[in-house]
Formats: sequence, structure tokens, C-alpha cells
Amino acid sequence: MPNAAFLTEPSKPSHAAAKNLAYGVMRVMTRVSKCLCLFTLMALWLVPARAQQSAVPSSAPAATSSSSGVAQPEIPKAVNDKLADLDKRVTAAQSSGDNAWMLVSAALVLMMTGPGLALFYGGLVRRKNALAMMMQSFAMMALITVLWALVGYSLCFGGSGPVIGDFAHAFLRGVGVDPNPDYAATIPQLTFMVYQLMFAVITPALITGATAERMKFSGTVLFMTLWFLFVYAPLAHMVWGKGGILNAALGGRFPTLDFAGGTVVHISSGVSALVCALYMGKRVGFPKQPMPPHSLVLSFIGACLLWVGWFGFNAGSALAAGSLASSAFVATHFGAAAAAVGWSAAEWLKNGKASALGAISGAVAGLVAITPAAGFVGPMPALAIGLIAGVFCYFMVTRVKAIFGYDDALDAFGVHGAGGTIGALLTGVFAQQVINPIFGAGKPVGGLDGHWGQIGNQLVGIAIAWGFALVGTIVILKITDLITGFRVTEEQEVEGLDITQHGEEAYYLES
Amino acid sequence: MMKVEAIIQPSRFESVKDALREAGIEGMTVTEVRGHGRQKGHTEVYRGREYTVDLLPKIKLELVLPDKLVNLVVDTILKTAKTGKIGDGKIFLTRVDEAIRIRNEERGESAL
Repeated sequence: MPNAAFLTEPSKPSHAAAKNLAYGVMRVMTRVSKCLCLFTLMALWLVPARAQQSAVPSSAPAATSSSSGVAQPEIPKAVNDKLADLDKRVTAAQSSGDNAWMLVSAALVLMMTGPGLALFYGGLVRRKNALAMMMQSFAMMALITVLWALVGYSLCFGGSGPVIGDFAHAFLRGVGVDPNPDYAATIPQLTFMVYQLMFAVITPALITGATAERMKFSGTVLFMTLWFLFVYAPLAHMVWGKGGILNAALGGRFPTLDFAGGTVVHISSGVSALVCALYMGKRVGFPKQPMPPHSLVLSFIGACLLWVGWFGFNAGSALAAGSLASSAFVATHFGAAAAAVGWSAAEWLKNGKASALGAISGAVAGLVAITPAAGFVGPMPALAIGLIAGVFCYFMVTRVKAIFGYDDALDAFGVHGAGGTIGALLTGVFAQQVINPIFGAGKPVGGLDGHWGQIGNQLVGIAIAWGFALVGTIVILKITDLITGFRVTEEQEVEGLDITQHGEEAYYLES
Repeated sequence: MMKVEAIIQPSRFESVKDALREAGIEGMTVTEVRGHGRQKGHTEVYRGREYTVDLLPKIKLELVLPDKLVNLVVDTILKTAKTGKIGDGKIFLTRVDEAIRIRNEERGESAL
């Protein structure tokens, strides 16, 4: 998500210009240095008698025109035209690289939902509910896309309100190939819009993990529509939208470091999942009746697709194909790997065996935890975050769930809610200016820089995400229950959702 | 005519089938079943939740034979299906009143 300039200092309005300047300096410096080098070479070639500027630029203030700041009394028109043309082409090349990466990232994030999450969840439920589980993920791909196109993008990223957007971009009015400089200045707004859409698709799909094997499909459709409009859109706007109160890059009051959506996606869906699980109650027969996964092979494939897709989720949140994307890519991978090691080690010590389900669950937990941190932490801290998250989520899922007895069927809260929370906290600890100097050159970012107060800021963001998800979900649950109902009948639950909700069987073994 | 019903370990099935064929016995029905006698199952753990699996996979063989072949078949199965451990299975013998071949409606031992 918008990577740059989340500021955590108490907002000083007069620094708005400085923020934009710092942002601009980082992004333009490469372009400026290339232009100045080329200009110097051209000047050397075309105007041999003239004195030269040094070919290496110092940290010049944001200069977009390569012909300024150079001590030449007269620049021949031919050279000027050539430079203007070069400038355009360098910009186009930069934009082309960024756009290519962002389109691939959007595809990767969509793949995380379908088939990544669909398989991961589908394999974990009993055979009689496998199709229903996958259908719920797929339905989000279809439903949320339509809602996004009609009003969703506008509600999340339109306007400049503190909590929600507006309808200026309803029906994607004004969203075309020109970049939106507020969000991503080098890619068409269409790309930014469709990239954001994939996040909106996967977030409600995550919730279905807690309500698995007992949720009505009609209830799913209604609940997710309302949840997207009234919980996701406001949270996304608050953290990522212009004017959002949690978005420091564009003037928010309670800025939180959240690179790719630890709060907007994982805490929101994880906490909502817990609320749903508590509201719906336990599955018939839980916890006495055995309900083992019907196909860990499917879950394994799904988990690996999630891991690969997550590179688009995190590294794509750099919104450009530059060095920050590389940094986020590496942090993401290391976080996943270390968490798999952590979960497996904890399980091996506790049970005497490291299970496949444990290893893949650990990897997912690590990916969740590194999501808010990906563009702010270095590779070694990424390993640490992953390791901690892997062990922490292992205990959340195996011990805490057993103690409290709630039926979060597929551990949407245990992995996403808990992992997102611990990840957001650890981001405050491990963020460093050497990775992403978002507060400006020389300003400390997180605990490793000595700025331990950042953890307090993270807590504010976490609290707001928790509170919003809690309250919003309870209200929407009540409404959904009144209109369509939320839970299937006991007979339907025993017979299975595939037959009762969709009239199909996942595996027709006789044919 | 007797029906020989044998519940055996799945890992012994191929040997039993080959031995019966070598003994000249043609025709059997094979089903995959689950069950247990005195054999204990095992525990599986999924994300911290333990499941005791005590219905174990077995193979059930059913053969309907003329009386004179029963002892041969029983001895063959005993020899090839035995591992000496609990869980080897059991053989049941029941009398069959009639056998009919569907293709040509033949009856009696010649239908076997």
C-alpha cells in the first residue's frame, strides 16, 4: 500500500510541504541523476568549448527539469529539445517498469484468493463442505469486484474525508490512464484501482474461515456486501485514503506504520472472524466429533500459492518497481520462512512431530505478521518477526483456542487477527530509517532507530482497527440475521453445505 | 457350497491374490473396509486437536466355492495373510444355499 511518508510525529501542518519534498526527493533522485549525466555528456559532445558541471549530482532539491541549476549561459534549442525528449522517455521508462510490476502484483494478489485461499480453506474442511468453502472465496472475487467498480473504489480512495471517501469516482468516473498523484504518481490510476481491488477481494474471504461449515450462502452474500461497504471501506480510507485519520502520508492525525495492510486486511478480518464465530456458535458436534481436514494436499497447494502471491501483496505495496519493492520482497520471504520454522519447532517440541499442516500454517502466520512491516524492516528483523509470529500464532491456535473454547473453525482469528496484531506491534520495534526513511532523511523511524514511541502509535492504530471491526461486525451480523439469517439449520449442517447450499457434490466418486 | 469371507491386512492383499491365482482359484470379490478387533488405532493431531483413529483400513475378500476347494483356499489365505501380529484379521465360513450365473442362468456348483 502507499509506502511513503507515514509520519508518527504529532502532526505539524507546516511540514506538509517538507513531507512532499522528502517524498519527491527519493523518487526523483534517480531520474535527476540520469538526466544530469546524459546532459553533461551531450554538452561535452555538442559544446566542447564550454565549462562543464560535475556529472554527479549532489542531493539537489526536487528538480524535474534537467536544464535548471546548471551554470550554462545559453543552451542551444536543439539540445534543449533533446533533453526534454529524453526526460519524457526516462519518465515513460520508469512508469513502464512500475506499471508492469504493479499489474503483475495485482494478478498475484488475486491469485491469493483464487485459488490460494480457496484451496487452503477448502482442504481444511470436511468433504461435504469443500465446494461451499471454495465458493465463498470465489463469490468474493465476483461480488466485491462489482461493488468496487460501482462505488467501492470511490468510497475507499475518493474525496478527502477523515473516515470515508465520497462518490466522486462512482462508476469509476475520472479513473483512467492518468496517474493519481495522491496515491501513485508513476502508474495509471486504473492500475492503482485494480491493485487495490484485489485487497478488497481477499479481506472478506478471510472471514469465511471462522464461519466455515455452518454459514448460509445467502447470509454470506448479504453480510459480505455490508461488511465491505461499512467496515472495510472506512478502514481502508482511514489508513490509505486521502484525508484518512490514520494516514499520515496525506495528513492523518493518528499515523500508523502499516506497509501492506496488517490493520486494514488482517486485523479487521481476523477480529471480525472471531466476532462471527462467537455469534454463530460452535459447529454441531464440536469439539467432541472428529472433523479432520479432508484434503491437506489441497491446503498445501493453497498455502504455497498464498506465499508466492504475497510477494504481490507486500512488495507490490511499494507501488513502484524500485529498491523498496526489493526490500519488501525479501522481508516477506524471510518472514514466511522463519515463521514456518518457528511453528514447526514449537510443534515438534510439544508433540514430538512436525506436521505439514503446522508448517504451512506457520508460513501463513509469518506472512500475515510481516505484512505491516515489509517495507520498513531489514532482512534480519524480518526473520525475527517471522520466528516470533510463528511461535505466537501456534500458541494462539492450539492453546488459547482450546482454553476459551470458541469454534474459529479454520483459525482466521488465530492466524490473521493475532498475527496481524503482533506484526503491527513488531513493526514499531523493528522499523528502520535505513530501510525506508519515511520521516525524512536522518529521522528515526522505529525502535531500532531509538524511536520507541512508535510502538505507542502502532497501538493506537491497532486499537482503532480492533474497535471498528468489533462494532461494525456485531451490527452487520444482527442485520444479516434479520434479513436472510446467518446460520444453516442443524439438518442442513449435518447433511453438508455443498448439497444444501449449492446442490452439488465436490467429489462424485461413483461416476 | 461355502462362502469364505476373509478380512486381511491391506499390505498382504497382493500376496494372497497371487497365491490364490496360482492355486487355480478364479473369482473373488474385494472390498476396502474399515474396522478393528483388538488392534489399537493411532492418534492424529491437526492444529493442536487430537483425533483417535481406531477404525483401521482392511481388505475384505469374498469367495464362494465348491466344498472340496474350501480347505485349499483357507490354507492358502492363512499362509499368505499371516504376519503374526495383532491385526492380521479373520476368516469366516458360511454355507451358501444357491448360486446362479446371470449370463446363462446356470445353477449350482457349475455356476461357480
